Amino acid sequence: MPSDRRAPLSLTLAAIGGLLFLHLPILLIFLYAFTTEERTYQFPPPGLTLKWFGVAWAREDIWPPLLLSLKVAAMSTALALVLGTLVAAAMARTRFFGREQISLLIILPIALPGVITGMSLRSAFSIMDIPFSTLTIILGHATFCIVIVYNNAVARFRRLSGAVVEASADLGANGFQTFRYILLPNLGSALLAGGMLAFALSFDEVIVTTFTAGQQSTLPIWMLNELVRPRQRPVTNVVAIVVFVATFLPILIAYTLTRGGSETAGGGK
Amino acid sequence: MSDARAILPERGPGDRLTALFWRRPGVLLALLITPPLLWLGVVYLGSLAALLLQSFYSIDEFSGMIVEEFTLKTYGELFRPSNFDIILRTLLMSAAVTLGAAVMAFPIAYYAARYARGRWKAVFYLGIMLPLWSSYLVKVYAWKLILAREGIITWAADAIGAGVVIDAVLSLPGVGGNSLSTSFIGTWSVFIYVWLPYMILPMQAALERVPVSMLEASADLGASRAQTFRTVVLPLAMPGVIAGSIFTFSLTMGDYIIPQIIGTSANFIGMAVYQLQGTAGNLPLAAAFAVVPILIMLAYLAMAKRMGAFDAL
Repeated sequence: MPSDRRAPLSLTLAAIGGLLFLHLPILLIFLYAFTTEERTYQFPPPGLTLKWFGVAWAREDIWPPLLLSLKVAAMSTALALVLGTLVAAAMARTRFFGREQISLLIILPIALPGVITGMSLRSAFSIMDIPFSTLTIILGHATFCIVIVYNNAVARFRRLSGAVVEASADLGANGFQTFRYILLPNLGSALLAGGMLAFALSFDEVIVTTFTAGQQSTLPIWMLNELVRPRQRPVTNVVAIVVFVATFLPILIAYTLTRGGSETAGGGK
Repeated sequence: MSDARAILPERGPGDRLTALFWRRPGVLLALLITPPLLWLGVVYLGSLAALLLQSFYSIDEFSGMIVEEFTLKTYGELFRPSNFDIILRTLLMSAAVTLGAAVMAFPIAYYAARYARGRWKAVFYLGIMLPLWSSYLVKVYAWKLILAREGIITWAADAIGAGVVIDAVLSLPGVGGNSLSTSFIGTWSVFIYVWLPYMILPMQAALERVPVSMLEASADLGASRAQTFRTVVLPLAMPGVIAGSIFTFSLTMGDYIIPQIIGTSANFIGMAVYQLQGTAGNLPLAAAFAVVPILIMLAYLAMAKRMGAFDAL
């Protein structure tokens, strides 16, 4: 049926239209960062200027949230990398009692709406009289970042042939040497990809953060406040570009890292 | 070679531990799984338990203090007309968003699964993954710009003389409003936009599993394209649609940012939870509200599992 190898025109148009629909709105953010109109979202912009980048740079209320966001994302990613890799190593090859329940437990923090994770953590902190701080934000973020690292690591563990581990043991390496010289290099790019995605997720998180933050605010919280009570609208767009790039780059890196994943050592087995 | 030993001498604690792990794999497993389990068990499950506990407390109407005694009173408050409306409105919105997302996602998923090859396959993959992962707030903000009264849609509609259509849509009772950014239609569109990739991916996974031979068989038996689509492709895509609907439904039910920024002032479950725990200081009622999506999702997941949607995840 050669005629069926080509998509009908209407389907092609609908699919391409759908992709455009997904991408065009984000481009608008970039345009509005250059507008000369400060008060409204007038389209088309009456004029273009670069001044908002300078204004944003000089605004002192932007830097602390930016630094806090970076700090929280880095710490939660580090925690998630350790915990996610451990649980992936345990789940990848072994069968044990309660395995299904554990896999459910890992995905639950992102399967349930963020408002539930946020509200739960808030209830727990208030019952235990834990003051809201950077630590409580990190606690929340790490919890839902674990699944991201886990997903990447467990996929790579499954593709890794068990034979390389056995060969390493046959050659006299102990478990730690095998981990250091065999497992870690093979897992490396998957872990980096998982870490990148976890970082992006944490850097952008707003719902859980609003429930677990005290007085301090992360960059998304700052943005949310500007959305509800705008001050200088184009400055918000400049920050939006920063947030966009800070999440976009890690994702692109993660994509390139995991694309060639099928060539992992022993993957053909 | 005669004295070659099968077992190497132990050179240190690393070797001894390796030997222990080899003889008793359970020890290694326990070592690996304990830290993450402690974290998820204590931090996450503990918190969920705290939420459940809070929801059975109540608030003293005179002092505003939380009464730490078990009662179902707080759950009873959920059935007050004003609160029950919030739940109904949220469910209605979640259903409408799921339906809209399914319709929008289908052509993209179908094209990506069946016709995209080579470089186009990668374009589609990245084209779906990048919006999925890029900043949620930035996406919502972009729509604020688009839907604003002086924004791009109004401009485009006026330019082609369709401004009347927008006014007509906005004047519809129940869904309309002052401008697109303060109407239910606006909220609905933004929800669809933000969750669309979550619907496309499982749909695409399900469609990729439809064997081409089955479509050929359908054609050989004399079915038209439309008939093949309706009787073969669509039923086989259903598990993917249901899997995608898990995400769109659950995410819409819990979100409180989108209806806060775009839409009328009407309340949704997420917003109610946020306001009740914050300004109102009514943690028990906030917790009870938060339990509603959990129960609905548990029922939803049970149904989805029965329909085989988990294989498409």
